[in-house]
Amino acid sequence: MTGTPDTARRKPGLWLWLPLGLFVAFFALVFIGLVRPANRDISSHMIGKPLPEFSLKPIAQDRPGLTRADFTTGKPKLLNVFASWCIPCAVEAPQLAQLAKAGVEIEGVAIRDRPEDLAAFLTRNGNPYRAIGSDPTSSVQLAIGSAGVPETFVIDGKGIIRYQHIGDIRPEQVPMILEKLKEAGQ
Amino acid sequence: MIAEIGLAVLWMAAALAVLQLVSGVLGLRPNTADVGSLVRPLAVVQGAMVAIAFLCLVYLFATTDLSVKLVADNSHSAKPMIFKIAGTWGNHEGSMLLWVTIMGLAGGFVALIERRLREDTLIATLAGQAFVSIGFYAFLLFASNPFARLSPPAPEGAGLNPLLQDIGLAFHPPTLYVGYVGLSIAFSFAVGALVTRDVGPAFARAMRPWVLGAWIFLTLGITAGSYWAYYTLGWGGWWFWDPVENASLMPWLAATALLHSCSVLASRNALRAWTVMLGVIAFSMSMVGTFLVRSGILTSVHAFAVDPERGTFILALLAIYIGGALALFGLRASTVTEGARFSFVSREAALVFNNVMLTGTLGIVLVGTLYPLLTEAFGTKVSVGPPYFNPVASVFVLPMLVVLMVGPLLRWRSDRLGRITLQMAIPAIVSALTLLGMALFAPPIHLLPLLGITIAPGLAIASILPLAGRNLRRTPVATWGMVFAHFGLAVALFGMACDSAYSTEKLAAINTGDTVEVGPWKVKLEAIVPVAGPNWTALEARFDASYKGEAPVRMTPQSRTFTSPPGNRAESALKTRWNGQLYTVLGEEGQDGRWQVRMWWKPFVPMIWLGGVLVALGGLLALLGRTASDVRRHRATAKIAERKADLAR
Repeated sequence: MTGTPDTARRKPGLWLWLPLGLFVAFFALVFIGLVRPANRDISSHMIGKPLPEFSLKPIAQDRPGLTRADFTTGKPKLLNVFASWCIPCAVEAPQLAQLAKAGVEIEGVAIRDRPEDLAAFLTRNGNPYRAIGSDPTSSVQLAIGSAGVPETFVIDGKGIIRYQHIGDIRPEQVPMILEKLKEAGQ
Repeated sequence: MIAEIGLAVLWMAAALAVLQLVSGVLGLRPNTADVGSLVRPLAVVQGAMVAIAFLCLVYLFATTDLSVKLVADNSHSAKPMIFKIAGTWGNHEGSMLLWVTIMGLAGGFVALIERRLREDTLIATLAGQAFVSIGFYAFLLFASNPFARLSPPAPEGAGLNPLLQDIGLAFHPPTLYVGYVGLSIAFSFAVGALVTRDVGPAFARAMRPWVLGAWIFLTLGITAGSYWAYYTLGWGGWWFWDPVENASLMPWLAATALLHSCSVLASRNALRAWTVMLGVIAFSMSMVGTFLVRSGILTSVHAFAVDPERGTFILALLAIYIGGALALFGLRASTVTEGARFSFVSREAALVFNNVMLTGTLGIVLVGTLYPLLTEAFGTKVSVGPPYFNPVASVFVLPMLVVLMVGPLLRWRSDRLGRITLQMAIPAIVSALTLLGMALFAPPIHLLPLLGITIAPGLAIASILPLAGRNLRRTPVATWGMVFAHFGLAVALFGMACDSAYSTEKLAAINTGDTVEVGPWKVKLEAIVPVAGPNWTALEARFDASYKGEAPVRMTPQSRTFTSPPGNRAESALKTRWNGQLYTVLGEEGQDGRWQVRMWWKPFVPMIWLGGVLVALGGLLALLGRTASDVRRHRATAKIAERKADLAR
């Protein structure tokens, strides 16, 4: 053996294009992975499953606490996971108010919150919730497959999770949420 | 004000990079060659500008300026100062700014000190560096502006991921980044040399210190990152073949190969095309790794700052830079492949073997990392882990380690194995005795750890052999560097093999007063007490751990709860002895009031990281030694030129 790759010059050029060929294959692979929209949907493994059993104490003065039974009334509802210390939650508040105005029942789960902080948050941003349960250890949040705040779940009238919305609901997404609620009601 | 200054300076740096590229391209043409003299000063000023922009961002983080969106999203006024500053690069925008800052500073430094390269090659190199920087400037300015304001200012910041609030993580990313971006210089050198068809020993000598420097930082960064993952994630493992870990390993493998082929090119003028290609590949792997973990295309337990939109932008940069460089390689490399010949038994041949094995390892790590993506394209989701990587990587790594015992003893160009039989016998005997001892006295273990434990002592001896018979005081510093690096590899190998063969794990649910036995340790839970830190509260277990009846030592693992953002983190407690490490983690409280605890006794595991540090130290010695000898060589040539000029007069 003399000179390893350098001896390949007897067949000039061909192997020199091999790295580029491999890179093009790599590029094609990740490009497909990146542009295929199906890959980007982060879906909870909880979708299609019933809510787990839970019972949360009230945290706001004029709102009751929250249990699983509140979701088996036959009417589809939203379950909104939020917190007073969460900035996107404040950004989301007008959209929740709009949904509440459209007749949607919204149940809140307040994560690691203090009553006084929460009261201030609701005064500042409005209170669209029918009930607010306090989840000081995130246990219910984790049990329903939520990892951050805010997150919103569409729950049908039998307590089954139909849709999970990660992040704040933006103004243009309100009709989509209403559509999901309508589907859940059928 | 500071945010606006930062943004303005960043725009200026970007504009200077464009000028640097343009004047570089013009400077390479015969009729506008004067313009080329602008390239060096432009590179220096560009580096200074981008450094100022970065310092502005550090200032905004240090003062927790909540009117800046990035600060509000990633910092919090109640954080300790060190994590406020580290928060600058603990997020996507900041780490990209750090990236382009290091690129700018490195380019400026090359412009200031590089005297070995031909002038046109240097101009092409600096133009290449500017070309790469421009893409990253565009990325920052158009897709992820770190200085964007938030109106109205946030009342309080959202905090930093609790996993990142650790002293190890404060310094691990900048260390790796210096390594990644140091390789950008090697990339630019390779592109510059291809453009001017100037691939030779002088080019290799000019590139080598950059590769060495980048490689030292990569080695330290990977070692520190592995230790950080080991003690913070609470899983008791030190390497998981996670995409993020692979993202740092792949450039390291390429840089290691590049380093060795650089040596062949510098001293023997062989492996020209191969060295240039490794120069391109090493930095490409830095970019590919960054892309893979930043785009969210692969899922990882610790991929931070994930965003598919930006992924598309980085992918476009990848296509331009890597695709462009490889196309240039395809076009030009055939004109530089002339090189010196060598025989099958020679130092060069051993280094070629090392290169092929390292590249092979790189290939299988890349394939394993991308495999989930490949199968997903066909509709099934799989994850690839240690069961694939460990055996397949060993196929490449173990033969390389065996050849490593012999390679440094061989002469350049041509040698006979008969000449070094005696020296080769020593490590062979040491390894054979180790194997015999293991078979007679140790409990049976799996094949891979057994091979590791067998090879390690032989390799340790073999790595010292190049010093045998030499006058140690006159031995070149670079040789000492090689000895340290190879010895460190043996040390790390021994630690890895012992850890995988002899670790014992104990998972138990216990009450206060109970004792858990793990390996030779007896660990008693004395109490569980609440403790509070600057921005967390925790439950702390107080263990009294006793090694084989010795006086007990106190160990205090914690389960920490962070509020902004909310999160839990287990803070493990470690007790290091010369022969291993005891690792304890406090878990949750069970329904019955008992506490879950997790413990490992890991014989010789600290040797993994000790080995890593030795390898990096070897790199540092080589860098110092090479630099010193290059300076001497430069002075000598200057003196000869002076004499010649005198004689001609």
